[in-house]
Amino acid sequence: MSATFDRGINAFKEVLDAPIASFFSSCVHCGLCAEACLFYTETGDPKYTPIHKLEPLRRAWQQEYTLLGKLAKLTGLAKAVTDEELAEWGPLVYDSCTLCGRCSMVCPVGNDIAYMVRKMREGMSAAGHAPEGLVTATTRAIQSGSPAGVKWVTVQAQIKRMQAEFGIEIPVNQENADYLVLMSSWEILNYPEYLGAVGRILNQAGATWTLAQDAYEATNSGIQIGASDLARELVGRIVGAAERLKVKCVISPECGHAYTAIRWEGPNLMGRPFGFEVKHILEVLDDLRRAGRLKLKGTLDKPLTYHDPCQISRRGGVYEQPRTLLNQLAPQFKEMADSGVMNWCCGGGGGVSANERAEPLRMTVFKRKKAQIEELGVKTMVTACANCRVVMEEALEHYHMNVEILGLTELVAEHLDEEQ
Amino acid sequence: MAIDGPTIAEVLRQQGISRRGFLKFCATTASLMALPPSMVPAIAAALQHARRPSVIWLSFQECTGCTESLTRSHSPSIEGLILEQISLDYHHTLQAASGTAAEAAREAAMRENAGKYLLVVDGSIPLGNAGFSTIAGISNLDMLKETAAGAAAVIAVGTCAAYGGIPAAQPNPTGAVPVSAIIKDKPVLNVPGCPPIPVVITGVLAHFLTFGSLPELDALGRPKAFYGESIHDRCYRRPFYDQGKFAETFDDEGARKGWCLFKLGCKGPVTYNACATTKWNQGVSFPIQSGHGCIGCSEPGFWDAGPFYKALSMPIGPAKAAIGAAAVAGLAAGAAVALRNRSAKKSAQAAHQKVTIDDLEKSK
Amino acid sequence: MTALELLTWARGTGLSLALAICAFGILLRLFEIFSLGRKADLSPPRDASPGSGWRTIVSRSLPPPGLFKRSPVTYIGGYVFHIGFAITLFFFVPHIELVRGLTGLSWPGLPMQVVDISAVAAILALFAVLASRLMNPVKRFLSGFQDYLAWLLTLLPLLTGYLAFHHVVADYTLMLALHVLSVELLLVALPFTKLFHTVSVFVSRWYNGDIFGRKGVAS
Repeated sequence: MSATFDRGINAFKEVLDAPIASFFSSCVHCGLCAEACLFYTETGDPKYTPIHKLEPLRRAWQQEYTLLGKLAKLTGLAKAVTDEELAEWGPLVYDSCTLCGRCSMVCPVGNDIAYMVRKMREGMSAAGHAPEGLVTATTRAIQSGSPAGVKWVTVQAQIKRMQAEFGIEIPVNQENADYLVLMSSWEILNYPEYLGAVGRILNQAGATWTLAQDAYEATNSGIQIGASDLARELVGRIVGAAERLKVKCVISPECGHAYTAIRWEGPNLMGRPFGFEVKHILEVLDDLRRAGRLKLKGTLDKPLTYHDPCQISRRGGVYEQPRTLLNQLAPQFKEMADSGVMNWCCGGGGGVSANERAEPLRMTVFKRKKAQIEELGVKTMVTACANCRVVMEEALEHYHMNVEILGLTELVAEHLDEEQ
Repeated sequence: MAIDGPTIAEVLRQQGISRRGFLKFCATTASLMALPPSMVPAIAAALQHARRPSVIWLSFQECTGCTESLTRSHSPSIEGLILEQISLDYHHTLQAASGTAAEAAREAAMRENAGKYLLVVDGSIPLGNAGFSTIAGISNLDMLKETAAGAAAVIAVGTCAAYGGIPAAQPNPTGAVPVSAIIKDKPVLNVPGCPPIPVVITGVLAHFLTFGSLPELDALGRPKAFYGESIHDRCYRRPFYDQGKFAETFDDEGARKGWCLFKLGCKGPVTYNACATTKWNQGVSFPIQSGHGCIGCSEPGFWDAGPFYKALSMPIGPAKAAIGAAAVAGLAAGAAVALRNRSAKKSAQAAHQKVTIDDLEKSK
Repeated sequence: MTALELLTWARGTGLSLALAICAFGILLRLFEIFSLGRKADLSPPRDASPGSGWRTIVSRSLPPPGLFKRSPVTYIGGYVFHIGFAITLFFFVPHIELVRGLTGLSWPGLPMQVVDISAVAAILALFAVLASRLMNPVKRFLSGFQDYLAWLLTLLPLLTGYLAFHHVVADYTLMLALHVLSVELLLVALPFTKLFHTVSVFVSRWYNGDIFGRKGVAS
């Protein structure tokens, strides 16, 4: 219980870098980031303007790393950042930002605001201003291996169930496999079909794969809360398992932030490039398809759309692969107005779904996705992120909407041509 | 205000100027001075009956260019004649008398026309050392003060007398000042120009004779009628400026086509004078028409307002050197700040305490 | 001090000082920014995406899908102001002469009428964005003294330049002097206010393009 304000400010000083300094220098207060952020568009409250969420970090930068800012602080013209201020900003930094990065796509001066919020959380958590829900999730992740407290026995139960249901072998701790398959807590608890689906697809493709007993959880609460030390420990478990089992590729599951954590932040947290590849399951599916190893038959002939998970499309670059697959599988696939890298977030990414305090706000901002679905008039939505799926299913329930959500991997598995 | 003797009209008649010619002159003067046409008879009447005014002309630190400009006419014009026919009681360049006799003439004119004579001054007055410029052993300053005391009005002819002029150019070694810096208790009318346009003098004289007062002046003491508009606004090359057509050198195609001389340093936009309308040498031409930009000679400070051949919008200070010096200073200060920033960030990294799950909440 | 003397000071000492402070400030600010460093990204990029930073420097000038409709005043006002200002700044012959005097570089100017229209458009756009800043809840919420100061410092050169060009309010010499002085204020403030975005926008857009580019997203 040793978070202090000084540790928070020290963390600010550590994370401030040239990109952030250039971003703060460039901001002209045009307000366009607000128009891109569902927390503003759905509430109309200007305090949710993305760049405003960074105000304490900006002031810390100005006062620590610019000559004029230092002078202003010394002469008393500028007030130093206070712990009360950080406390006040807690809900803005954690509850009203999903790190979706839509603002980063529209800022006319090119500010990557999501990048900055991610960095700011380092100081916020070090100062003890992370929300309780995220603290609990992170603590559980470190202690039990999963933010939801899912233990290996639970995974084992699901393995048995999947083996029984699909008649497949699910290898565990196999060395030299092509793929190490990971899952998110949500998949283990709510959508175990994912595991069966991946297994069937990889088996059909003739690929070797395995689960790892000590690294089944892909999500990384350390990143959500903004504690790189903890994020490193969590990602290190996966890296350790992948290296021990000498796999060629680690498959990030249908979870957006997990992908960011392993694929993009992982090597930087570990301080070294990995000796194996990291791919999102959609990338793997597309690889197999292109290699002719993914044989599909039949279609799902009903109107449906695809919800791009932010971390997979906008922040991950995987937006063509799902469309290629859906165009093959769903003749009535329709795009939402803002799709691909300009998608609207489900409202629960970036740790927001783990933060009970943010729940009412999360429901409010779902109105954006609701409007998108209603505009399109579809009753089926496919996605590739279990967190998006849980968040949206809850919200659809809340708004009494009769819309089903499918995981893309499962959809693919259901259309495997297993006779070939 | 005028001494005995023939009236101006009489003098003009003696010189063979017709009444028609005289009225035409009056009309021209009225229009130049922006007076309504209804004033023409008044001017004519005043000039007709006015006695030649007594004028004392003092030349201080000057080059005699003003005198040359105002007195030399290749063909006898009415302006020239008026100037010639004023009772020029003292002008040491022009008068026949010299030495003690010359000074005696000045003193006599001052005495006889006390309070009525006009004092015309060309050249600036050195305040640095009385010995820099003296006439008959009298310093310019003393002579100006003494002569101005009994004058009805003072006309400062030429930019030196009006604003200090070339002698006042940096570093102004003689401490040259204009007439207006010394004479505070009399109306001082400035007719700047290096040299000034002759018709301005006669116009002012005509006004003085007609109304018994000086014409309306601008903030710089110049008759508004002549100095109210800029050369640029009255320039026949102005349309080229508006179209963006400029001579780039003095002998290029643009120069031959008579395009705007802005890029060659023309100061027409900031120069208020009548050159572009009255022109010089009986309306033959003016500098821009001859292919040279205006140097702004009727403006105070023109002598130190940067090179004549640099466009008005070009920097005239040591801008490049200043940027160079600032860049060096910026690099040095930047390097210092950069070192400080790096060490601050390094110490922050060194001060980093590993965050464990026990560090996510404040101590209670 | 007469108007011409003020102008002479402004063109000489004033301009030298202002340019010096501006140059000093820009260098200082760039050092401040770059000295904070950037860790090399150890994650393998999705594709070799050379030039993604440079691409974003250009592409960020266009509104992303949907945003134009949500914020038309910001976009139209922004475009009209920046383009009008740029035409006025870079294609008015006296301004080109200024650049030539400093650098030796020059290019053809535009007819005065075009520049005149551009300046008026830029001025009107500035008032439109000010109105929007005062009325739009987000902008009003974000705005502080510096935002309004930067607006005023940007307006003054345009306004004084326009008044000088048209001989309104004061005589040309005085207005020109005020114009040059207002530009000098702008130059002095540029490195130390949000006006620095004129320089840093290239840096921030580059970083944005680079960050997104390595993930395979054209931002």
